[in-house]
Amino acid sequence: MSILVNKDSKVVIQGITGSEGQFHGGQMLEYGTNVVAGVTPGKGGQSTLNNRVPVFNTVEEAVNETGANTSIIFVPPAFAAEAVMEASFAGIKVVVCITEGVPVHDMIKVKKVVDQNGTKLIGPNCPGIITVDECKLGIMPGFITKKGSIGVISKSGTLTYEAIDQLVNVGLGQTTAIGIGGDPIIGTTMKDCLELFEADPETEGIVMIGEIGGQMEIEAARWAKDHVSKPMVGFIAGQTAPPGRRMGHAGAIVSGGDDTAEAKMRILKESGIEVAESVADIGDLMKAAMENK
Amino acid sequence: MKVHEYQGKQIFAKAGMPVQDGYIFDKIEDAESTIKRVQKDFNTEDVVVKAQIHAGGRGKGGGVKYSPNFDKALENAKNILGMNLVTHQTGEKGQLVRKVYVTEAFDIAEEYYAAITLDRGKGMDVFMVSSEGGVEIEKVAAETPEKIVKVWIDPLLGMKSFQARKLAYGLGLPKDAFKSAVKIFMQMYQTYQNIDATIVEVNPLILTTDGRVVVLDAKVNLDDNALFRHPDIAEMRDLNEEDPNEVEAAEFNLNYIKLDGNVGCMVNGAGLAMATMDIIKLAGGDPANFLDVGGTASAETVKNGFRIILSDDNVKAVLINIFGGIVRCDRVANGVVQAVKELGLKVPVVVRLEGTNAKEAQTILAESGVSIIPAVGMKDAAEKVVKAALSA
Repeated sequence: MSILVNKDSKVVIQGITGSEGQFHGGQMLEYGTNVVAGVTPGKGGQSTLNNRVPVFNTVEEAVNETGANTSIIFVPPAFAAEAVMEASFAGIKVVVCITEGVPVHDMIKVKKVVDQNGTKLIGPNCPGIITVDECKLGIMPGFITKKGSIGVISKSGTLTYEAIDQLVNVGLGQTTAIGIGGDPIIGTTMKDCLELFEADPETEGIVMIGEIGGQMEIEAARWAKDHVSKPMVGFIAGQTAPPGRRMGHAGAIVSGGDDTAEAKMRILKESGIEVAESVADIGDLMKAAMENK
Repeated sequence: MKVHEYQGKQIFAKAGMPVQDGYIFDKIEDAESTIKRVQKDFNTEDVVVKAQIHAGGRGKGGGVKYSPNFDKALENAKNILGMNLVTHQTGEKGQLVRKVYVTEAFDIAEEYYAAITLDRGKGMDVFMVSSEGGVEIEKVAAETPEKIVKVWIDPLLGMKSFQARKLAYGLGLPKDAFKSAVKIFMQMYQTYQNIDATIVEVNPLILTTDGRVVVLDAKVNLDDNALFRHPDIAEMRDLNEEDPNEVEAAEFNLNYIKLDGNVGCMVNGAGLAMATMDIIKLAGGDPANFLDVGGTASAETVKNGFRIILSDDNVKAVLINIFGGIVRCDRVANGVVQAVKELGLKVPVVVRLEGTNAKEAQTILAESGVSIIPAVGMKDAAEKVVKAALSA
């Protein structure tokens, strides 16, 4: 078991003939991801990635011809919102949008559409999701992961890698690691991920990495207090971030109230989550939590 | 992206909203003619002289002056142009006033507040109005939240007129003013949509003694990610209001924010960059900057990042922390070596490289002959760089 994606996921890559689609498509195939189709309007009928993947003009065709049920999007920001909607209306169940820089007004509409259609959207502006040894649906380096029992949720790409690396160093593998993205509007929230990990019998512990800005960590922590039975370790990046400044991610900005690192760490602790003060302690704390459970 | 008040009002006026209008000048020799033009064109003796900087709180800081006649207006204009305006948003160092806006003046009966922004939690835009205008809205929200009326807007439907009416009823306006407020709110929402704004705020929106509703101030922030759709508004950007190092960094696709400490840092990824700043602080140091070199860091970007960090004289040591995923550590190492060779090694540099091709990178650094301090893991890296900064 795992969450959202596994070896049976049939993946279509939207924007497969672009440079990002080509590079990461190749990497995903190499990892063993079941890539069944690609979509680039106007290039239908071709095949790509050493003739291993057929290209279609529309997602609908790709779904009809190959049974694709999962999508990953590598299209430029101006077209990303449309790409998500196309996948959603074609009946794709899980969509990962890697694209960085999608306008927030587009995302507000997209979010409403995917919610209405029952599509699980991850991202945008995220590293994607990986179920170890089964399906890499994203841009993360697969080789740093190890199969095991910890679920990882994070807003940030490289900080996810850092956490995975620390877990591996203390002997803990992962079930699924998911980077949800750091934009103001994203498809899948931390609480959504917690619900999935709590329900997944293979996941025995959860690492949740947040940052300044927004209320998502707090919503997740408050839910975890009453609903998560598994040991959890949390970390919040941005303790030293000055208020009012956007720290890289469009959503990482302290605008007052509960969205500072300090406030989030306090609420995580109050909710019974083990909080790492230092990013370097994530692995050790998770190990201790697993031994004490 | 932020725009000035006068630019915000231009955007509003284009949508048909009634704004307090005027003219701008940026050279003191133009002050006289600008004031006279405003007096003539708006048929008024009294005017308002307003400093144009991006920070809020201008009135309290002495940057907005009512001027009953020409002489007073000229005196205020001379004082405000070139002043260093300190407000709660500029911080202690303040902001130099390079542009002054001279506007018509109104007899104010009531001051209201109106704003639209994104409610992240609900995933919808929220339109807020309050009968308590002209003051800090945060204060109203904290002390008398019942005085703020809100409507949430369905993104697929847009704002409906019943919602605009609800907002206008919330202000308790007289009949004619009510009608114009409803119209203004609809226009304000259309503007917010049309320009991909992240916030539009009018504080105050006024009711004049002769019953008109007028936009007296305009705060407009835009989504940087959507500027490609608005080339006309992108041209309004005023680089004088931004940190020159941050502007330069952006040209190289680097995300740089200057801070007050002495430990420079260069990291790939925003989350890891924040976490690196935090661990420097925990180790007893103070970060000099936030710098995210992004997901495609090449030797060239590393070199430019290095140069920008070192242009800050406070920097006593630098930490390079890269977790290679797509970014290959060997390329980063080459960039570091190249940068050090070209720019010289003025301060100690601690390097921590992990992930893709980390071993090759360590070999490159070891064989390069440049005296870099290698580190393993973030704790080790932070401790080493703080120690280096303290002993510098």
